[in-house]
Amino acid sequence: MAQTFSMIELKNIKKAYKTDFTNLQVLKGIDLDIEEGEFVSIMGSSGSGKSTLLNILGILDEYDSGKYTLAGQLMQNLSEKQAAYFRNRFIGFVFQSFNLLSFKTAVENVALPLYYQKINRIERLEKAMHYLEMVGLKEWANHHPNQLSGGQQQRVAIARALVTEPKVLLADEPTGALDSKTSSEVMDLFEDIHQAGKTVIIVTHELDIAQKTERIIRIQDGLILNREI
Amino acid sequence: MFDRDTWQEILGTLRKHKMRTFLTAFGVFWGIFMLIFMLGMGSGLKNAVFKNFGNRAKNVMYVWSNATSKPYKGFQPGRVPRLNLEDIDYLYENVEGVNYIAPRTTIPGNITYKENAEAYDIRGELSDMITVEGYKVYKGRYIQPSDVEESRKVIVLGKRVAEVMFGKGKWEDAIGKYVTANGVEFQVVGIFGPEFIQPWTEDDLETTVIPLTTMHKAFGTAGRIHYFALSALPKYKISDLEDQVKTILQQRHYVAPDDPRGIGGFNLEEQFDKMSGLFLGISIFLWIVGIGTLIAGIIGVSNIMMIVVKERTREIGIRKALGATPGVIIRSILIESVFITLVSGYLGLLSGTLLVGAIDFIMETNNVSLDMFYNPEVKLEVGIGAVVILVIAGTLAGLIPAIMAAKVNPVLALKNE
Repeated sequence: MAQTFSMIELKNIKKAYKTDFTNLQVLKGIDLDIEEGEFVSIMGSSGSGKSTLLNILGILDEYDSGKYTLAGQLMQNLSEKQAAYFRNRFIGFVFQSFNLLSFKTAVENVALPLYYQKINRIERLEKAMHYLEMVGLKEWANHHPNQLSGGQQQRVAIARALVTEPKVLLADEPTGALDSKTSSEVMDLFEDIHQAGKTVIIVTHELDIAQKTERIIRIQDGLILNREI
Repeated sequence: MFDRDTWQEILGTLRKHKMRTFLTAFGVFWGIFMLIFMLGMGSGLKNAVFKNFGNRAKNVMYVWSNATSKPYKGFQPGRVPRLNLEDIDYLYENVEGVNYIAPRTTIPGNITYKENAEAYDIRGELSDMITVEGYKVYKGRYIQPSDVEESRKVIVLGKRVAEVMFGKGKWEDAIGKYVTANGVEFQVVGIFGPEFIQPWTEDDLETTVIPLTTMHKAFGTAGRIHYFALSALPKYKISDLEDQVKTILQQRHYVAPDDPRGIGGFNLEEQFDKMSGLFLGISIFLWIVGIGTLIAGIIGVSNIMMIVVKERTREIGIRKALGATPGVIIRSILIESVFITLVSGYLGLLSGTLLVGAIDFIMETNNVSLDMFYNPEVKLEVGIGAVVILVIAGTLAGLIPAIMAAKVNPVLALKNE
């Protein structure tokens, strides 16, 4: 195996949600290392802090203290614009509920992240088409999301996450809304992406899904429990 | 900014909510429509009033004499100063900025042609009164400078006089014929009348005009003039000349400088300015009312945009997760808002202009003539102003919702419901 380098490095990350009356410490000091090309899953029950961790990894949320380094860059005190830039270039999101825009066709949905890179329309659609083909939905390119099955929609979402060639693919319960057959198809797709060399992180609470990854990171009460290969 | 995706999205959302879009757009449409319609009607009113000024010179004052009210230099009050031709010459020489002075003296007369005899006024004039009053010459000519210099025995008849003397359809025959006025023979050189026939201008149809010099020689009016109109050169304001002229006449006719009577005057420009001021006031009022209506429409747009942002919170969250910057999001909401206002406002502008134009067209083709309404129009500046207002208003309407959209927290927006 080639020399690995740390894609994600979390050092003593803490995060609390404060209101006037309460101070809810969600993350109590997370240390985590994910290397380039790894295929990992983050497991935990609801309320364990895994969603918060995912949001911090995805630069959607800020953390209170600690250090988060993504691909060698420190993610700290980012302006909205910088955060948008890193989300666009470094991270590909896959959501449980797909989150496709209903008024856009499959190929337009896939092309959307490139729009924020100010790439022209023709090139965008070309690239989007390529990734749609990769997830096996080329024939469905001009269909709207409501004309696609759940599994197809999730594959469109995965194509959308890949189109910017991000450093990390972040998937939040990607099979949560799918039946077991489609679930395993989607997981096969993630496996393929991993084989192609991409860093893939899946957040889930289903053990059989987590077991398809190389490494399971368990999180409970805001702390990482153990590491197992 | 104007790429296909932006428009696709805007049209997409608008199409999805046809009724809502229509009602929103209607508010703006109605605002602009009312503004344009009211301004058009206002201009109709204004044009009607100013039409009565017609071709008449506006930079003009009228001066006459009346009974003094104060004793001065041994003269008792109640004396009427007699203006004369020498005053006119003196004013020409001593007041700067005089374009021309048109005096008039009117005496009662008896006009006879063959067996037709009728009583009409005879006016003695120099050649410039036609410029002041903007008369229409139906045939022939008006009094000329040479007529005045040579004291020719020529006469210009009001059209109705010619009709009475020469027969209803044969008034044109009067040219070149000789008529007798107060026993003196005059040759008819022209037929004239007022520019617009109104109750207060009908006098001009039933009068006759001869050179003032001829009048003084033939009828013993001894250089007298009853009143004169004085017009200023374009560079001068008549109001600035008014005091000078009055002071000179007061001195020449021994009228106390502080006597409000004695020398009377009427400044047409002042009336004209007052009228202009009145209509400026009316149009400011119409703008305020129109813009008020428009603001109501704009608030509607803002309100709807607010709902749009609320409804699209999730979509905005997705976009943010995919890398949309706050700037991109603000811009797309603003464009949508300006788009709605501009399109609906433009339609309002168009229909308002068309309606005003149609009213004008119908009135013109059917020869409808109303005293207080004429040639309503929408000026180009008004149209441009309205469009500028629309763009500004659309931006303002979208601003708060756009900022709201930019502040959407993607974590909250993306939470599974």
